[in-house]
Amino acid sequence: MRLKTLIRIIQLGVKSLLLHKMRSGLTMLGIIFGVCSVIAMLAIGEGASYEAQEAIKKLGSSNIILRSVSPPQEKSAGAAARDYINDYGLTYLDANSIRDTIPGVKWVLPMRIIREEVRYNTIMYPVQVIGTHPLYPEISSLDIVAGRFLAFTDERNRNNVCVLTTSLAENLFPYENPLQQAVRMGRDSFKVVGLVRETGLEKQRPQTGDSRGDAIDANVYVPLSTAKSRFGETIVSRSAGSYQAEKVQLHQITIQFDSTDAVEVAVPQIKDLLKHNHSKPDYEVIVPIELLRQAEQTKRIFNIVLGSIAAISLIVGGIGIMNIMLATVTERTREIGIRRALGAKKQDIITQFLVETVVLSVGGGLIGVVAGVVIPVMVSHFADMKTIITPLSVIIAFGISGAVGVVFGIYPASQAADLDPIEALRHE
Amino acid sequence: MSNREIIRIENLVKTYHMGDVDVHALNGVNLAIEEGSYVAIMGASGSGKSTLLNMLGCLDRASSGHYYLGGRDVSTMDDDQLSAYRGQKLGFVFQSYNLIQQLTVIENIFVPLFYQGLDLADRYDHCKQLAELVGLGDRLDHRPKQLSGGQQQRVAIARSLVNDPLLILADEPTGNLDSKTGVEILELFDRLHSEGKTLVLVTHGNEVADRAQREIVMKDGVVYREETKRAPVKVAKEFEIG
Repeated sequence: MRLKTLIRIIQLGVKSLLLHKMRSGLTMLGIIFGVCSVIAMLAIGEGASYEAQEAIKKLGSSNIILRSVSPPQEKSAGAAARDYINDYGLTYLDANSIRDTIPGVKWVLPMRIIREEVRYNTIMYPVQVIGTHPLYPEISSLDIVAGRFLAFTDERNRNNVCVLTTSLAENLFPYENPLQQAVRMGRDSFKVVGLVRETGLEKQRPQTGDSRGDAIDANVYVPLSTAKSRFGETIVSRSAGSYQAEKVQLHQITIQFDSTDAVEVAVPQIKDLLKHNHSKPDYEVIVPIELLRQAEQTKRIFNIVLGSIAAISLIVGGIGIMNIMLATVTERTREIGIRRALGAKKQDIITQFLVETVVLSVGGGLIGVVAGVVIPVMVSHFADMKTIITPLSVIIAFGISGAVGVVFGIYPASQAADLDPIEALRHE
Repeated sequence: MSNREIIRIENLVKTYHMGDVDVHALNGVNLAIEEGSYVAIMGASGSGKSTLLNMLGCLDRASSGHYYLGGRDVSTMDDDQLSAYRGQKLGFVFQSYNLIQQLTVIENIFVPLFYQGLDLADRYDHCKQLAELVGLGDRLDHRPKQLSGGQQQRVAIARSLVNDPLLILADEPTGNLDSKTGVEILELFDRLHSEGKTLVLVTHGNEVADRAQREIVMKDGVVYREETKRAPVKVAKEFEIG
């Protein structure tokens, strides 16, 4: 068929549909909602899963993270509990045996995390003191903004040096350059040697309120050896006459491997090793790559569910179109008879009605695409959720709407074409 | 020299199956119509005249017998061939005008050419001339609803001429019109005939039949009586046979 003729038929179809604007509009609604919801839901889902995956990727796909977990409290309430010391968690032994026995290990990074207060002159902030190795920036997502990070000599000599997060430094030293200044933590003073910005996980960035109540990142990094000797291993907290103590050697061990393949091999080995070293489950093993895989699996299931809902809504929309087209065929029986008498072949009638159906569904699809693109943008803007509109979802949703038009248009169109011209002409 | 035959019908039979009963609408019709004729087909209802018109219009196929239109045996054509042949060789005028409501006057006139794969832009002048011929040159962009019955029938006549047909078939063309408008339409037919068009009218009004050059009366599915009053006119354009 020539292009010009097809354009004429499409013009004719649009003209016929515009004869009943309300009806055509309502018929398109089904497809509009179907297409719009597919694109919008996919965009929101894609955005959510992207954020989750990014968070997991920040943990490092070639890493395994071990964390100390306070085991279920066995002590009973009462006087006897007052001098109870809760002794749990990962140990230096764990870190050393992992480094020495597990194949493929690149770095083992032990960490202690202590709640302390940091003071400079009269300014004071509650912070997290992180005792760690100089290797920390290699594994964590950390930008060194000024000065340097901790050095191996600091570790070896138990130097009283520290590195501050920039937001903390800005609040502690509003008018001075923090580098080479001394801050006090506990009974000791520490020299500030560097400023860093954490770019990693939200929950790894402990926050505290600044003077105006805004949240800031407040981490202080000190050498692990310094942390051990200055703060000790027992952390005591007193409150309202009761006394609680925790004895934890290491709060976290991050293990980095040469490759992600090595991670898979090492996971069961590390679990066995820890089971051997620990009598109670006072640790957890986080494998980012497994989390990533789970997240992808979840996303796949989500997409299947979404796809089914979308398919159903588009089918419902298609049935709506078919219904209206069948009514239209009955209503326009006379016109069909006239056209047949004036030389239209069955195929011409089929084309005419099929084009009308496709114009309805593709028109609905187009409006749906526009709405489906606008909605995620609005969601991003107002609900502060990340949304990603994939071109593929737009193409698929639009393509399906066109296909729905063809599939659900064939039956009414063939009904129209099969009318007997004489009967059709006689139809009132 | 007599005019050539445009239609030849040989022993045409049409039987409808109504449940267990067979109804013979046409019972062996023999008929020949020459070009330049103006034929009125008359008869009571049930006489078979509508069925004959459907046959002549290639809208229906006979149970047996032959129908030659412009030298070709229509009774052997399939549905698509019939459609194409209708579009190229026939012009229809119906009792109830049968214009397409969503199209304008000029678009309605163009419809038969559309199904021959032509473009309105290329044939606009031709369609406009026909509209002027029937006195609607100033109504090209009106829709059927904006026109009176007589005007609609004029559009239908213009439409029946657009493909330069072998013959024009008219089914009670004045049936829905008041007598004054009806006369105007019939005068238009007279003019078309005098200009060399071949016309076949189905009617049961004598005033219509009186204008015709030849009268055929149907009864019980056969040609009951026929009368030729005048000789056919000289045709404006000779059709190609075959």
